[in-house]
Amino acid sequence: MSVVFEKPKSLANVPFHYCPGCTHGIIHRLVAEAIDELGIEGRAIGVAPVGCAVMAYDYFTCDMIEAAHGRAPAVATGIKRARPENIVFTYQGDGDLASIGMAETVHAAARNENITIIFVNNAIYGMTGGQMAPTSLPGQVTQTSPYGRDVKLTGYPVKVAELLSALDGPTYIERVAVNNVKNVKAAKKAILKAFKNQVEGRGFSLIEVVSSCPTNWGMTPEKALEWVDEKMIPYYPLGVYRDKTAETEEKA
Amino acid sequence: MANKVLMKGNEAIAEAAILAGCRHYFGYPITPQTEIAAYMAKRMPKIGGVFLQAESEVSAINMVYGVAGAGFRVMTSSSSPGISLKAEGISYIAGSDLPALIVNVQRGGPGLGGIQPSQSDYFQATRGGGHGDYHLLVYAPASVQEMADLTVLGFEKADEYRMPAMILADGTMGQMMEPVELPSGESKTFEKPWALSGTKCERPHNVVNSLYLKPEKLEEVNFARYERYRKIEETETMYESYLMEDAEYCVVAFGIAARVAKNAVIAARAKGIRVGMIRPITLWPFPKAPLAEAAKTVKAFLSVELSMGQMIEDVELATRSQKPVLLCNRAGGMIPTPEEVLGAIENMTKGV
Amino acid sequence: MKTTNLLIAGFGGQGVLFAGKFLAYKGLLEGKQLSWLPSYGPEMRGGTANCSVIISDEPVGSPIVSNPDVLMVMNLPSLDKYEDATVAGGKIFVDSTLIERKVERTDVDAYYIPATRLAKEAGFPTLANMIMVGKLIKETGMVSFDGIREALSKVVSAKHADLLEINLKAIETGYNYAE
Repeated sequence: MSVVFEKPKSLANVPFHYCPGCTHGIIHRLVAEAIDELGIEGRAIGVAPVGCAVMAYDYFTCDMIEAAHGRAPAVATGIKRARPENIVFTYQGDGDLASIGMAETVHAAARNENITIIFVNNAIYGMTGGQMAPTSLPGQVTQTSPYGRDVKLTGYPVKVAELLSALDGPTYIERVAVNNVKNVKAAKKAILKAFKNQVEGRGFSLIEVVSSCPTNWGMTPEKALEWVDEKMIPYYPLGVYRDKTAETEEKA
Repeated sequence: MANKVLMKGNEAIAEAAILAGCRHYFGYPITPQTEIAAYMAKRMPKIGGVFLQAESEVSAINMVYGVAGAGFRVMTSSSSPGISLKAEGISYIAGSDLPALIVNVQRGGPGLGGIQPSQSDYFQATRGGGHGDYHLLVYAPASVQEMADLTVLGFEKADEYRMPAMILADGTMGQMMEPVELPSGESKTFEKPWALSGTKCERPHNVVNSLYLKPEKLEEVNFARYERYRKIEETETMYESYLMEDAEYCVVAFGIAARVAKNAVIAARAKGIRVGMIRPITLWPFPKAPLAEAAKTVKAFLSVELSMGQMIEDVELATRSQKPVLLCNRAGGMIPTPEEVLGAIENMTKGV
Repeated sequence: MKTTNLLIAGFGGQGVLFAGKFLAYKGLLEGKQLSWLPSYGPEMRGGTANCSVIISDEPVGSPIVSNPDVLMVMNLPSLDKYEDATVAGGKIFVDSTLIERKVERTDVDAYYIPATRLAKEAGFPTLANMIMVGKLIKETGMVSFDGIREALSKVVSAKHADLLEINLKAIETGYNYAE
């Protein structure tokens, strides 16, 4: 009998606490597969955020640390500076990375800190029950924008990949999605590259993963995946925003 | 005195940290402690260490959290407003049972306050400063020599008890120069099997964390931590007792206030007043026992502070208010003169 | 027991802190107890600067000198500010090139040194501070004149050996200055 499904070694054999239809499970798996494929499980150190992925430290089998809300890039900076031989990654949501942790994010990128950041953008605060995020779309209804996000009152969504690409520092920035098989495959490739960059000492890599939150969006999982295609991706176009590795390869 | 050098208090802290094996420093500029960062910026690259000027105090303390989690000696330094920003990270460090050294070279507050010396972060330091049930080991140096010695001790005790330690100095202590004999010999180190180092696929993963969603578990962790704190109170309390043998009055002061008060005590003795001084060197744990003992014999206490009166509450608690506890204080960056303290001592003898 | 409480004050940039640092090192080399405490903050950028230096045979208590036994002033605001604070029987050293008025107190000894002019004439215009220090050593004996070269070598970096020589000359100029 051939094996059709196998859990990556880097993923612990415990059930996730995520809601039905949540894409965190897929993204966790892509991260674990990348770690397995690069054979870095024994030297990986992960930084968990505050948000839905707060208990990621229970799900990855590598050494893990739980950071305060938004501070993961600073914590990762400390670890990486102390242990440059280890592979250090953060896993953060949009409130964590793009709101309260914006300073930590921007400056880690500006320093081209040799770390890997997995940024899950689902346009909402999930853990606290569906409040407006820095990435919530104009008009999007949330608990704290009950009449739809009014850009005159609350400003516009933050496009993290575009924003960070304005810096000279970062090595690799790509936006991907996980709402269909094709996109998941592209996301896997991007996440693998983001880890590989660190292994090769190339510097800061951030993968923005456009994701869904059926529970707090008030949709079925299928509908939520469609909404990603219809609303999210048009506002957050997928693609590579920065790739210094391509530049150096071209030169070589 | 051949082995003594003249150093600023801030520089003595920095060099002592290096001698204690600290190779990681994260900070953000703020007066009056910037010499520490400048010293580290110069020295660390030459000894294979890490100096990084963070984008904020908040980031600096979280970098400290990361390095502490990775199992290395690490420090940050700041002054009062910056310590408020670090309070979040300090709470996480304490809640994750990590060792680290935090230096607060205090200035006047609240708010942006001023830049002159102060001791008005006493409550913040001795009660933890951030949210939740926890303590820091708090050391209050009163000389440049103690700035160096207590820095080394702070690293060692932080490692031993897996908790953050703080050097609570002030602008005067940071800026003044005195002869100092730098610590020599190997600093005591401790195994850190809990550290994040990568599993090497040989052991279950280590997790550094302060989140416990089950209240029973969080309570258990807090009880265990406070059990450790009780042991620390028994064994790690430090103080200096000065002319207390026959004292009828007791001055209580730490840091720069104790330096000023010592002059006043000497002057009062010259006038025939039998006064002594108890100088807490650790502010947490606070030297409760010698104060309780003194309360049996002295007529009154005088708390001398560069604040609106914060330590005085601990003096009252330690002595169970059995004897009057008076306050002699200046605030906002002002320092009492020895004459002011002498006047307060004389008033104490008249009043009681 | 002998203790000297010295206060040096002037404008930022006049080498007030450096002068104090030199005296502190000299005290250290003589095996004395001492402390050196500068004023700090924005006032250091071109405003008034001062430093407290205490040299004693006993451990130093408070490092803050509010009532100096010895006052060295290099501008008028400093003399205005600290003249009355000086203890009776104390000594006040005045750079008379920059301060035209005399010391009003009659219960202190006043010394007038045209240090800024002397420094200019001697070709080291930035070393009025050390000329003042020379005179101060002569009249107070708070540290000894012997061994000033060694103390200077502690405060002047080895890269600037030429500076050491002119500092030495400046101290000698002050030490030998007679009003």
